[in-house]
Amino acid sequence: MSETVALPPSTPMPGMATVRAFGRTVLALVRQPAGAIGLFGVVFFLLLAFVGPSFVLLDVKTKLGKEYQLPSSEFLLGTDYQGRDVFSQIVHGGRDIIIVATTTALITTAIAVSLGALAGFLGGWFDTVVLAIADIILTIPQFPLLLVLATFVRLNNIVLLGVLLAALGWPALMRAIRSQVLSLRQRDYIEAARCLDLGTGHIVFQQILPSMTGYIAISFTLGMINAIFLQVGLIFLGLVPLSGNNWGVMLQLAWVRGAIFIKGGLGYILSPVVAISLLQLSLIMLARSLEEIFNPRLRRGN
Amino acid sequence: MTAVNARSVDSPTSDGSHAPLITLENVRWHVPTPRGLVKAVDGVSLSARDGEIVCLVGESGCGKTTTGKIAAGLLTPTSGRVLYEGRDISSLRGDDFNRFRRGVQLVHQDPYASINPMHTVGATLSAPLRRHGFAGSSSAARTRAAELLDLVDLTPSKDFLDKYPHQLSGGQRQRVAIARALTVEPRFIVADEPVSMVDVSIRISLLNTMLRLQRELGTGFLFITHDLALARYFAWGGRIGVMYVGRMVELGLASDLVANPQHPYTRALLSAIPEADPELTRRKTRVELRSLEIPSLLKLPSGCTFHPRCPQFETGLCEVSVPQLRAPGSTVAELDSSNVHAVACHVVARG
Repeated sequence: MSETVALPPSTPMPGMATVRAFGRTVLALVRQPAGAIGLFGVVFFLLLAFVGPSFVLLDVKTKLGKEYQLPSSEFLLGTDYQGRDVFSQIVHGGRDIIIVATTTALITTAIAVSLGALAGFLGGWFDTVVLAIADIILTIPQFPLLLVLATFVRLNNIVLLGVLLAALGWPALMRAIRSQVLSLRQRDYIEAARCLDLGTGHIVFQQILPSMTGYIAISFTLGMINAIFLQVGLIFLGLVPLSGNNWGVMLQLAWVRGAIFIKGGLGYILSPVVAISLLQLSLIMLARSLEEIFNPRLRRGN
Repeated sequence: MTAVNARSVDSPTSDGSHAPLITLENVRWHVPTPRGLVKAVDGVSLSARDGEIVCLVGESGCGKTTTGKIAAGLLTPTSGRVLYEGRDISSLRGDDFNRFRRGVQLVHQDPYASINPMHTVGATLSAPLRRHGFAGSSSAARTRAAELLDLVDLTPSKDFLDKYPHQLSGGQRQRVAIARALTVEPRFIVADEPVSMVDVSIRISLLNTMLRLQRELGTGFLFITHDLALARYFAWGGRIGVMYVGRMVELGLASDLVANPQHPYTRALLSAIPEADPELTRRKTRVELRSLEIPSLLKLPSGCTFHPRCPQFETGLCEVSVPQLRAPGSTVAELDSSNVHAVACHVVARG
């Protein structure tokens, strides 16, 4: 059964095969320490951000005399400049971050995979045009461009922010996908599919892309990481209106209010930083383990 | 014996039904490279009638695979034409082109590379069946896929439908590849060294399966191999073409060509085949070549490309002009060599 190891444990077939492949991937993930921690971390933050708010009420009441308290049994992570509970803000502040990150990663991956696969497979003018657009976007420094855009577009909708980040984020992944497709399209089984006249759509999406599932999953995770950095950066610089409650907003407020200079503000300013860092770390560990699972060359002997 | 009979029975094109199914007309495949023009295929003409077996034999790099891919329409020749049912395939559009596309299929050399590892055997066979309307539903496609597996002797076929390629042996994979080619009910299959990557013990049964398909379904074959012994076995009822660095040097009925080889290169190849009896092999007289070096495609010898190695080399003749493929005694170059035994050699042509 040594042969089974040489194959990525995923298939394009819907139904049972996919479920089994997914199960095998999860099993392989938790067998590695990094993968287990990463998976645990990501699941933890998902629960915290989406289930947590049902159990923890967001503390909006100003409590005079309780500003800038260090973590205690009453306030698990201390209080902010108005004496509000930081822990409840952390619980409620993850949702938007994760939604923006997921939206961005989904759109980025979808654009990059379809354009990259088609450009690589079709070549010709389509390839030239897509590459030219990608190069233009790649040459413009992303963050400064976002700063400029943020002043024009009112980014009070988190999904809109995700779309904007994705619109700028796809070229790098698109180029990577394209180059992989360029090598895959030379395979004999692609030639056989062309000979059987199976059609471009089938060849690209059924024959070529399935063997890149692993790579795409890793890119998706990396896309999330990148999106989190970008949006928190934008919020921190105050370029995205401070509506709602999220870790970026917390960090920005804590910074602006000077929590860093007050001893009791430690819990307040550190909590969002640690939350963001831990989420990022979990995603990075997950991506690394996925890479090991999907890339046989990186897999340790088992 | 069959040579004489076949020639009289199959007199070419006098009867409409004997018009070739597929014809290569003087096709060339010249590739410009930084180090010069590579003439991988240099003016090959070949035709096959419905259900005919034609073998292409030659050393690696002689252009036989490229010729096969041109015949299958996967490469457009840099010059020359490919005719399907008498019509140039580059002019075919719409339904006519689809008929050609489905009519000519390819079986690759390496069954480990030619089947998508991500799909089950059933999925591999179902895709073309569904796409081209040979099966209306996925259950119908499954039934038909099982029939096709039976047809290529993968039994019990039900056991193979849900297997992934990595669970199959090389021979089994090659049968799946053949079954996949059969999904679109082709009239002609280009088989590019289909048994060279397969265990020796499996080869004959794989060849027999293909021969049975030819008999039962009437599928024609262009069988490409570097092994003249295999060609002799497979093409006994058909024809063999011998290629040497991009050119056809000899073409004739298999029985005729094997019994009575004309071109010095064919003779050398035949004399190199080991016989089952080691005594016989030892007593066989080998044709001695003047050089064992295969010329580089970048720097082909002048005149007859075989002349630096040829034992019958004649100065002032062979290195001067390129010999045309023609029947000995005839002055006309053979474009469609049908059943004539044609040779491209100055010395043989002179008689």
